Amino acid sequence: MDKIQLAEFIKSLDSDLEVKEGKQYTEVTVPPSKIHSLASQLREKEEALFDFLDCITGVDYGHDLGVIYHLRSTKYQHMVVIKSRTTDRENPLFDSVSDIWETANLHEREAFDLLGIKFANHPDLRRLFLNSSWGFPLRKDYVDNDMITW
Amino acid sequence: MEEKVKDIGTDEQQEYIINIGPQHPSTHGVMRLVVSLKGETVKNVEPHLGYIHRGIEKMCESLTYPQIIHLTDRMDYLAAHMNNEVVCLAVEKALEIEIPDRVKVIRTLMSELTRIQSHELFWASYGMDLGGQTCYFYGLRDREMVLDIFEETTGGRMIVSYNCPGGVMYDLHPNFQKRVKEFLKHFRKVLPEYDDILTNNVIFHERTVGIGPLSLKDAISYGITGPSGRASGFSCDVRKHEPYSAYDRVNFNEVLYTEGDAFHRYLARVEEMRESMNIIDQLIDNIPEGPYAVKMKPVIKLPEGEYYQRVETPRGELGVFIISDGNKTPYRVHFRTPNFANLSVLNHLVKGFKIADLISIFGSFDYVIPDIDR
Amino acid sequence: MLTSFGIINYLSAQSVPWWKVFYDFTSLTKNIDAGLHNAMSPFWTIMTEMVIIGVLFLLFYAVVGLFLVYAERKVCAFIQNRLGPNRVGPFGIFQTVADLIKLLFKELIPIKNADHFLFNLAPYFVIIVNFMVLAAIPYALGLHAIDLNIGIFYVIAVSSMSVIGVLLAGWSSNSKYSLLGAMRSGAQIVSYELSVGLALATVVILAGSMQLSVIIEAQRTGWFIFKGHIPAVIAFVIYIIAGTAETNRGPFDLAEAESELTAGYHTEYSGIKFAFFYLAEFINMFIVASIAATVFFGGWMPLHFGADNGFNRIMDFIPPVIWFFAKTFFLIWVIMLFKWTFPRLRIDQLLTLEWKYLLPINIVNLLIMAFIVLMGWHF
Repeated sequence: MDKIQLAEFIKSLDSDLEVKEGKQYTEVTVPPSKIHSLASQLREKEEALFDFLDCITGVDYGHDLGVIYHLRSTKYQHMVVIKSRTTDRENPLFDSVSDIWETANLHEREAFDLLGIKFANHPDLRRLFLNSSWGFPLRKDYVDNDMITW
Repeated sequence: MEEKVKDIGTDEQQEYIINIGPQHPSTHGVMRLVVSLKGETVKNVEPHLGYIHRGIEKMCESLTYPQIIHLTDRMDYLAAHMNNEVVCLAVEKALEIEIPDRVKVIRTLMSELTRIQSHELFWASYGMDLGGQTCYFYGLRDREMVLDIFEETTGGRMIVSYNCPGGVMYDLHPNFQKRVKEFLKHFRKVLPEYDDILTNNVIFHERTVGIGPLSLKDAISYGITGPSGRASGFSCDVRKHEPYSAYDRVNFNEVLYTEGDAFHRYLARVEEMRESMNIIDQLIDNIPEGPYAVKMKPVIKLPEGEYYQRVETPRGELGVFIISDGNKTPYRVHFRTPNFANLSVLNHLVKGFKIADLISIFGSFDYVIPDIDR
Repeated sequence: MLTSFGIINYLSAQSVPWWKVFYDFTSLTKNIDAGLHNAMSPFWTIMTEMVIIGVLFLLFYAVVGLFLVYAERKVCAFIQNRLGPNRVGPFGIFQTVADLIKLLFKELIPIKNADHFLFNLAPYFVIIVNFMVLAAIPYALGLHAIDLNIGIFYVIAVSSMSVIGVLLAGWSSNSKYSLLGAMRSGAQIVSYELSVGLALATVVILAGSMQLSVIIEAQRTGWFIFKGHIPAVIAFVIYIIAGTAETNRGPFDLAEAESELTAGYHTEYSGIKFAFFYLAEFINMFIVASIAATVFFGGWMPLHFGADNGFNRIMDFIPPVIWFFAKTFFLIWVIMLFKWTFPRLRIDQLLTLEWKYLLPINIVNLLIMAFIVLMGWHF
């Protein structure tokens, strides 16, 4: 189905969603608590069949923290972008989708490691690259350790 | 990296914990695998990453777009040209620039040569991992010819930094066509030799056939792209589905198998080398004339928005996601690297196999660790 | 000194041209023996002879070991399309000497929780076993230190003691890698000894005796690999495979060259003790090749076809010593080629190969050989 039909279909899944046309792909904004239900619907429903998760990107918007999912369907070759934000910087919590797409496991760990974003129901959420006493480097208010001097 | 609490299974019998790495023989990179064994059988493999984490994504936020390209070289150094290409394509698509034909053909040729040399190194080090150390020397001998071609044109053997937004940095060297044709002639003669040494070898079959089978469903769910995914039947070649550069005007096959074991992952790469040679054959004789770069503004500023671009590297699908807020440095850059996704399946596949099979499976995915750590 | 002068005078008084010695060493050895008897009491004669033979074997061990290490590096290099050592000395022949000196300078790191006595004892097991086997091999007509009437049986029995050295090394190192490697190695050696023994037993049936000099003498009219056609060829192939596996070489070197197990049972050894294990592996290879050369290819017997004829006489021109070493080094070259060409087998595939394939084939082959000898269908 083409982009407009896809947008209509996704809008019909849940009324809380905000669907708009980005420069490249359809972008869907969803509140943090509804990610898992939307994701499983996008995975299961015949019209969508988004079975390939390209990547999960954690973003620091300055005041908010957010995650962006790039999903693709291997059957229809269409792509959709799912975004979610939260203003809670101390304890940002999103739904984990690692039971829907196994590849999300490592991606979510990376987002946790570099940005401090927590995912509920993740089987094993611990830091990936850095040790536990490091801050969250990709945040905009991260101050470099003075171990490295220019 | 935080240590996991040691509750590895409820078996009362002694669990042997073995540490593999961070230094590896053969060129995989620095990664530590903590393997828990029961006898000879692997029960759990836990990769410890971060030894070569350089914070490339954070660095990109304070560099301009042409400067980012030089960082991307160092992610998957065996596919340096394609790493450059993906950022250039993203920038060009965002600025909606029309790229001359000559640039497209040059980029495709260099990409395919990169693919050949990367798969050659895979062949060399896979043979060496499994014990046939002579393979290393044969593979590298032929790879040197490709590296010499790169050096003549771009000045760098492995880290080429050849692409720039708008085109390539220098024109092709006058000898380029001749050298590439010589190389193709030599390599076509030598490839059956490779088959004789490894592909048709009984001991190699014993070590790889049926080892680490990856089903199609798992390949899609774990996000395994590249030859590793195609060996399981996952048709994921970006060159076919979303052609970029000059891939829409060449004929080539996407190498697909269904068994998904280590042998077919190996075979997919060897076949891909042949396909790459066919692509080069189709393009090398008619490289179009024209400018090798488009005149760009001195300071490149992407319009506000988000851009996602992907290319096919020898290991899988490399994607770059740029969030721009209109400045000359990006707001956020995220690289979706193929090795990062390919790593997640290692634990799932190795459970139940012997420790010698761990080496076989690990090698068959052809990891380049700096790509995982970025 | 006086005695040595006496021997030399005695020797030079004989009317045998010097080069004849190479064709038949018995005259030389008998003369030395007689010379010594002239000079000393029987007890001291025997003592001196034993010391001479011991020193000669030590030198032989060292020289052959050095040469084989150099040869391995050159063979490996030529297969891999490169040159190998060529700086130290002309064509790099002193490379091994340089390596040996470097190893001698290395610090012998004592492991704190290791069993020191066993740790130091282990290398000597393999070396002494090697010496015992080397003594029983006939190098030329007359150059045979111990000609036991149970020659082959002695060789097999003694060489199986080397597994004790391997297991001791792994156990006493107190390291889990060494232990894993030693267990694998031990299982591998013990399994393949069966094949080696049965393959050699096949030849014993053809020869009719276990004494090595009788076996060689029986090949005067033709080497056993031609005489005992099919079963002998099968036995040879099995013997070479099993011999390579027993010495932990070639495609069967999982226990020591595995990329994740560091160096197997000799991980914790450094300096000269490591050199012992390393040398012992090469001498083991030499032993396997020389026994194969002896029982299948005639040892020091030149290539003969049938009874005394012109061809045989031409072949006789070359001294037996050269025949022996040529055959042995050719087989060593083949074994080296195996290592650098094939990937490694996994430990369970290795053991499957032995117990499910080589052993049944061996037993059937033994029966075929016995049948052929009974019916007289050999040459």
